[in-house]
Parts: sequence; structure tokens; C-alpha cells
Amino acid sequence: MSPTLLHLLYNLSPLALIGVAVVIFLRARQTPLWGEAFRRLARNPSARVAMAVIGIYATIGIADSVGWYDATTQERRTVIDAIFERKPERTYSAPLAEMTTGEAKPQKIREKHILGTDSIGADVFYRTLKGVRTAFQIGGMTVLIVTPLALLLGLTAGYYGKWRDDVITYIYTVLSSVPGILLQIAMVLVLGKGIIQICLALGITRWVGLCRMVRGETIKHREREYVRSAKALGVTDMVILVRHILPNLLPVVIISTTLGFSNLVLSEAILSYLGVGVPDNVGSWGNMIDAARDELARDPVIWWNLTAATGAITGLALSLNLFGDALRDAVDPRLRS
Amino acid sequence: MEKLLQVDDLRTWFRTSRGIVKAVDGVSFDVAPGKTRAIVGESGCGKSITALSILQLVPEPAGYIESGKIHFGGEDILERSWTDMRGLRGREIAMIFQEPMTSLNPTRTIGWQLSEAMTVHGKDAPAARARALELLERVGLRDPNAALRQYPHELSGGMRQRVMIAIALANRPKLLIADEPTTALDVTVQAQIMSLIKELQDELGMAMLLITHDLGIVSEVAHDVSVMYAGQVVEAAPTRDLFHDPRHPYTQGLFASLPARNRRGKDLMTLDGIVPDAANWPTGCRFAERCAHRLDACSAPPALHGSGTHRQVRCHLPSAMEVTK
Repeated sequence: MSPTLLHLLYNLSPLALIGVAVVIFLRARQTPLWGEAFRRLARNPSARVAMAVIGIYATIGIADSVGWYDATTQERRTVIDAIFERKPERTYSAPLAEMTTGEAKPQKIREKHILGTDSIGADVFYRTLKGVRTAFQIGGMTVLIVTPLALLLGLTAGYYGKWRDDVITYIYTVLSSVPGILLQIAMVLVLGKGIIQICLALGITRWVGLCRMVRGETIKHREREYVRSAKALGVTDMVILVRHILPNLLPVVIISTTLGFSNLVLSEAILSYLGVGVPDNVGSWGNMIDAARDELARDPVIWWNLTAATGAITGLALSLNLFGDALRDAVDPRLRS
Repeated sequence: MEKLLQVDDLRTWFRTSRGIVKAVDGVSFDVAPGKTRAIVGESGCGKSITALSILQLVPEPAGYIESGKIHFGGEDILERSWTDMRGLRGREIAMIFQEPMTSLNPTRTIGWQLSEAMTVHGKDAPAARARALELLERVGLRDPNAALRQYPHELSGGMRQRVMIAIALANRPKLLIADEPTTALDVTVQAQIMSLIKELQDELGMAMLLITHDLGIVSEVAHDVSVMYAGQVVEAAPTRDLFHDPRHPYTQGLFASLPARNRRGKDLMTLDGIVPDAANWPTGCRFAERCAHRLDACSAPPALHGSGTHRQVRCHLPSAMEVTK
């Protein structure tokens, strides 16, 4: 298959993702619980701001996923590359500066850089934008590992109890007593650097909290009258678990997943900062912060690298947290503390 | 006559930190096809656990059936495995619970839940859907078509109990176990629901085991009554006989504590004392503590005198034993 066609086919995945999201949203809106929750969300001003910010990040992420094969460089170029890539300077330059800094003989720079350039002269704004897709990839893929794992184990432990509960509880108690960051570092060192490897490392260490919550909720619902009625009708355990109890757990699972997502974005940055994160050729806020390690000690201070990466992380994590909190309030106003 | 359901010396116990709680401790009764047996007693006497034991739905892992036999249609169903019981539940024996507000799954539509009751036992989805509508009409929902798409929280308590009845009767069971079906409802709705259950019972020729503490309902719908106290049946008789001439001091106490026309203006009678601790039943008569007619003999456990078809009384008093001869 020609690379041109192949790279066009790649574009189907972000489009499919949007399609799935829209379908889920439209179907959820039909149910009274989510329909009402969405209406409450739409009325909540901080949720609206948070959703707008997340929307901007998501748009950047998607734009960075839609691309084509560039025959001259023999590399994939995305919409973001086409719009925001700038010609490299020789070295650092301050935001909107005319001259480079950090050189004995400052050079006139070739293009305007809104957030300046880094040590190798790359546009900081462009690099920051390139981190968006990575953050979403890591958050999303890890959630895809964590959620099914936590649901499977949590539902099993909570519903069946006895030895299954003992085994699962034992595993996660042990897992949660080992510092997560050490495990993650160890796993990345074993598996190698890469986005999928990081997702695996984060996934394997991050399911405990959700699993514990799902187990607790399942124990609560197991004793509910509607479960007893279903049993009295001769419904099988599997059907009770998947079609009766699980839909009742979805609100808490979705809320904790949203809040967990922002944590994962932060974790990626931490791992990359520690040098066990994503590879250098992939845009990453953690790598940017790592590279900016010594820059604050320079004279003149190179502050824009760190500020851009930190700002990008904070913006996304903050809006995800605000959105998660608003979602929790919208789904069940009684949970508001 | 051949009995549809026969419970013999059922013991359902619970392991707790206080020791073994003998919630149901040697209960026997039967239900004839098409007839109604009421089990009457105050909270904690073991009547609901008796009902759950029949379907083997005693809350695990604490609860377990220690011993006894439950014959349904001639087969000892306690011999059935949990999986084999599934074919029976909802198809041959259906159950209505006390709490219509929580007995329906809040995240599923009425139509979904009603259809599920049938598809579980092999009915195909379109047929189940059609019958669901028919059932909702039959139990008297105002707009059955709309109700199919509604969620439980959109219905009132009475309407929900009607839905529960529709679900229970979906597969035309031979036996309906109704565990306090009207307790959680308004008084006006109670009468409607009870007469609906009675009507459907006659229509389907179904037997019913009615668990209640409401003697008014018992007198209206039950053919036979078993009175339970402290995990045991203390008196059993055809309804008319029991109401006409209660023999056990506890049964007498129950009737005396009801308001009645001939006692107008007087204080209602109350039974002094409380039910003994189920983890530590008295060795003698379990009612002796609270009994006004206590004898020396009462420190030994009384046997259940009398034959199954007529009256049975668990009491040492000569007056109680007399009628059973």
C-alpha cells in the first residue's frame, strides 16, 4: 500500500473516535439520568468554561491526528504541523523577541515566535501544541486499560465475595503498598520507552482506586431489593452483574474516570521529567519541563519553556477536574459536599 | 388433597458475631393449589425469612438452611442446586416484595424489566414485549404504552407495585409469594392492590403465600392462617376458625390489640415485654415471658398439637390443647 493512502487511512481513527463519542452522547441524553445531568451541566458556568477549554485542547489533539504523507521529508505531517511549525532559530529567543539570547553574538531571528524558542531554536508554542495529543493518548489509552480491569475485578470481588474477594483484595492491597512511581519506572525500564509502554505501566498501577470503589458499590448494590427481585425471577448472576448492577455503577465510574484522566496527564509529565517517559521525538510537556531543568538558573532567565509546558498541563488538568466535579454534582446533587 | 407447597420443619439460621441466630426454627405449613395461606406475625418473627427460604434466596453468606424439607409439586426443592432453582424462580414460584420503591432497577425502563422476566425463561423478545403491554393493561396502569418506556422513578408507589405484580405474574406461576405487598403503600391504595392480587389469583388459579402483619387483609383473602412467633408457628387454622376462636395466648393477644367495635372507648390492649433474642431462644415456651396464663409446664418446650388440616396450637394450656382433640 502506498504511504500516501496509508496515512490517509490513519485519519479514520480520530474520525471514528469522534463518531463514537457523538453516538454515546446522543444515546446517553435519551436516558433520564444523563439527560438531566447534561441539562444541569449546561447551566453550570464553571462547567461551561471547563468544557470549552477541554474542547479547545481536544480540537488541537484531533487536528494533530489528522494528517498526510509528505513526500519530500518522507514523514507524516498533521494539520498542526502545517499551521504552527516554524523554521528553527539558532538557539533560545524570548517570546516575540527580535534577537536570540544565550549567544555571544545575538542573531536576528527569522520568524516571530509567540512563546519564544528553546535551546535548539524550536518554536515553544508549536512544541506545547504537540504535547496535547500525547497527553490525550496517554490519558485515553490508560483509561481503556484501567476501567475494564477495575470493573472486572471490582464487580467480581464485590458480587461473589468469599475467596474471589480475598484474592482480589489481597492483590490490590499489596499493589497499593508499593510506591506507584517506583513500579512505573521499573516497568518502563523493562518494557522500554514509548507511549504504549507508559500506558501499560500507568494502567497496571492505577486500577486500584477505581477497583476498590467498584467493589464497595457492588457490595452495596448486591443487597438492594432490585437485585433480590431479579434473583427471584431466575435471572443469572452474570446478567444481574452486567445488566442490572453495572448500569447503576456507571455514574460513579464515569466521574472517577474523568478525574483520574487529569491525574494521568500529570503522571505522564512526571515520568517524562524523570526521563522514563515518552521518546524524545514525541511532543511531551514532561520532556519540555525536563529540558527546562537548568534554564531558570541561566542569566538571563529562560522562563518561557517551563511556563508554556506547565501552563498547558495546568490548563488541561484544571479544566478536567472542574468538569469532573461539575459532572458529579450534575449526576447526583446529593453528593455535593 | 395434594398440596402444592409443603414446608416441613424448616430451619433457617444465620451465623453472626453473637452466635447462631435461629430466625426460622422448625416451621411447617402447606399451601393447597389455588388457595391462600397467610403467615402472620410481628417484625422479626421469621416470616420473611421463611418466604425467602422457599426460593433459596436467604441472604448469604450469613444465612443458610440448616434443615427441613420444602416440597413443591411433590419434589423436594431444597435438593435442587442454585442453578436448578433458577428455572423455578419466576416461572413456577414468583415473589412480590414489600418495597415497590426499590424493588425495580432505577436505571431500566418498566418495559425492559417486564420483558426480562419473560425472556429469562425462554420467551422471545417480540412476544415478551407484546405480553408486557397486555400485562400492564391488566394490572390497571393508566397509560400502559407510555409506561413501557418510563423509568421506575416516574411512577407512584401504587403504580410501581402494580408493575411488580405484572412482573411476578408474567409467567403465570403456580405459586405467588407476597411478602407484605401492601405495607409500604397508602391505606387507600392498599385495598386496591390487594383486590387486584386476589382477582388475578382467581383468574390464574394460582396459590398464594401471603406474608403480612395485617389481620384485616388476612380475613379478606386467606383460606388458612399460620401465626408465627419467635421463629416458630404457634397456631395454625383455617382463617374463619382462627378469627372466631383464637386459642394460643399470643394469637389472642394479637386480636385483642386490634381496635374493635365492642371495645369502643377502651384503651387498646398491648402485649407486654419484647420478643426474646433470636440468638438465644428460651428453652421452654418462647412466649412464656409475655404470657398472662403462664403455667409451671411452660418451662418445657410445648409441642405443636393437632393435625395439619384443622387446628394446630403450640401451647401447654389445657384450653388450647382441648380443641385440638
